[in-house]
Amino acid sequence: MYVAVKGGEAAILATHDLVAEARRGNPAVPEISVAQIREQQALACARVMNEGSLYDQDLAALALKQAQGDVIEAAFLMRAYRTTLPRFGSSEPLDTAAMAIRRRVSATYKDLPGGQVLGPTYDYTHRLFDFALMDEGGEAAPRKAAAPLDATMPRVPDILGAEGLMEAEEPPEGDPRPFDLTRDPVSFPADRDVRLQSMARGDEGFLLGLGYSVQRGFGGTHPFVGEVRVGEVAVEFVPEELGFAIDLGDITLTECQMVNQFQGSKDVPPQFTRGYGLVFGHSERKAMSMSLVDRALKARDFGEATNYPAQQDEFVLYHADNVEAAGFVEHLKLPHYVDFQGELELIRRIRREREERLAQEQEAMPEAAE
Amino acid sequence: MTIHQMPADDTKPAYNYAYLDEQTKRMIRRALLKAVAVPGYQVPFGSREMPLARGWGTGGIQITAAIIGPADTLKVIDQGADDTTNAVSIRKFFERTADARTCEATDEATIIQTRHRIPEAPLKPGQVMVYQVPMPEPLRRLEPREAETRKMHAWAEYGLMQVKLYEDIARYGEITKTYDYPVKVNGRYVMAPSPIPKFDNPKMHMSPSLQLFGAGREKRIYALPPYTSVRSLDFEDHPFRIQSWKQPCGLCGAADSYLDEVVIDDQGGRMFVCSDSHYCETRRAEGHRGAMLGDAAASGLVEETTP
Repeated sequence: MYVAVKGGEAAILATHDLVAEARRGNPAVPEISVAQIREQQALACARVMNEGSLYDQDLAALALKQAQGDVIEAAFLMRAYRTTLPRFGSSEPLDTAAMAIRRRVSATYKDLPGGQVLGPTYDYTHRLFDFALMDEGGEAAPRKAAAPLDATMPRVPDILGAEGLMEAEEPPEGDPRPFDLTRDPVSFPADRDVRLQSMARGDEGFLLGLGYSVQRGFGGTHPFVGEVRVGEVAVEFVPEELGFAIDLGDITLTECQMVNQFQGSKDVPPQFTRGYGLVFGHSERKAMSMSLVDRALKARDFGEATNYPAQQDEFVLYHADNVEAAGFVEHLKLPHYVDFQGELELIRRIRREREERLAQEQEAMPEAAE
Repeated sequence: MTIHQMPADDTKPAYNYAYLDEQTKRMIRRALLKAVAVPGYQVPFGSREMPLARGWGTGGIQITAAIIGPADTLKVIDQGADDTTNAVSIRKFFERTADARTCEATDEATIIQTRHRIPEAPLKPGQVMVYQVPMPEPLRRLEPREAETRKMHAWAEYGLMQVKLYEDIARYGEITKTYDYPVKVNGRYVMAPSPIPKFDNPKMHMSPSLQLFGAGREKRIYALPPYTSVRSLDFEDHPFRIQSWKQPCGLCGAADSYLDEVVIDDQGGRMFVCSDSHYCETRRAEGHRGAMLGDAAASGLVEETTP
């Protein structure tokens, strides 16, 4: 009797061994440790934490190690783990005004309370290779400032808000618990909590492109960076049995608030409008892109036209998720031969019928062929 | 409890039975009940992030995880075959997380999870088909916005689809949809049958089995209860018709099954074989011989075993 040859299962298992071998690379080169990735590839870890929607630097570093530095694959590992974690509650709202500042710059004021704090940034470097990094053993020794930073630094939109010039951020009626898009399906039009949540976990490159499109003219946003700040913020939680807030620890955040062209109406005097971005770790590009797109997505709320991709919530929210996008794009690698056979059968038949028809026409009008 | 904390016999971390936590399974079952109550209607559900990639069957996997129990026997097919990479991977997932009893025989299975095919052997009452669905919205290619397509379904406004099918006929002489061919369910909702070839559409009509559809990435579940009317959209003067082949299966000689084309050389040589691997094997075991069975053994497609 004849049976189908089945090599599939063994071949699949072999791919697991092969990828492990490829991940390790040349065994003569020392293996990288998770701690090294966490400490020395912190910006990559931040991106994995953002797109994986989980603040855990060690797991982000492990994910990067396991994924050979593939950020989307690493984010996927984070999410598949995150989905198994219990939700024991929501934290208290974070107070970013009380952030322990590492960096804080404003483009709208020359100087302001708390001052401009440049902090660690590539912004003012020349992009020239530092070949000394080819060798190990380099240690940086930054100088301490003469005086400590101010304990609290007012946020720029709050300064504008005190003058009534900035669109106020009011919690929705009853201040409900924010939507959780990992637990419930999103419907459209999506509210702002859903939009911000989706963008915070969205692909940095996608949001960067959309934010850029808005600046270039595919959307009417003309923003100023009110402020970008990076630093540590305490996360507080109120356990039901205690009834008061306890400190769960600090997380590093980047917050960006863009000041956009004003809006006004018969009843409301003109005010600047706000674009908001908040992400894990030091991720200025992501926070800025997010705040550009946040403002663009407010178009409908302000009665503006929504002609461009960045202004359409369905477009932005559905396509910003890189783990979903990568899955669907890459599923094209799966076998599709059954459907393709359907297409082959159809195209061959249509071509055959066309040839027969042409041949008949030829016979019917022999002189036309001459 | 996290996988770090969950105690097990050997204190190794462990996942819940069939991976999903029980709250999530209940949520999915509620969505399934609603879907069964309104055949063909797409029920939004809180699709979870799965350890397999989106677009690789996470909707079907979540449904199977929510309905499977120790008494079930699971068959997983992709392209009709039990040994395609994705089918193997999903079967292993349930063997690992649900200690599932698996099989390849269509009539032994209580749950059949599938991508792109319905088995050739008729399904029986009590069997559950679970379809993996990439694009649950049949109108999506005509209208990209979900907010609009939901309204179109609510109003049963399917004119756009009829126009699309008509335009196909005007341009090519026939409807050019060969898979994921739209159907009307119970005289009400237009539904995407998932990318099964239209050859399989008639098998859905009045099927004695329960048919469940899961789209994980798009976060939708829909269903066909047993004995539901499923009509492939067509026109009186252009009736629906299924694919046909000029020759029978090269291995088992079946003339009634969906055939895959296998390229056997670079001289234009082709062999047509059943896409339903179990159907084909069963027929060969019964003594049916296709014209190319010997050649197939020579090219390593099948193996001759001594009884």
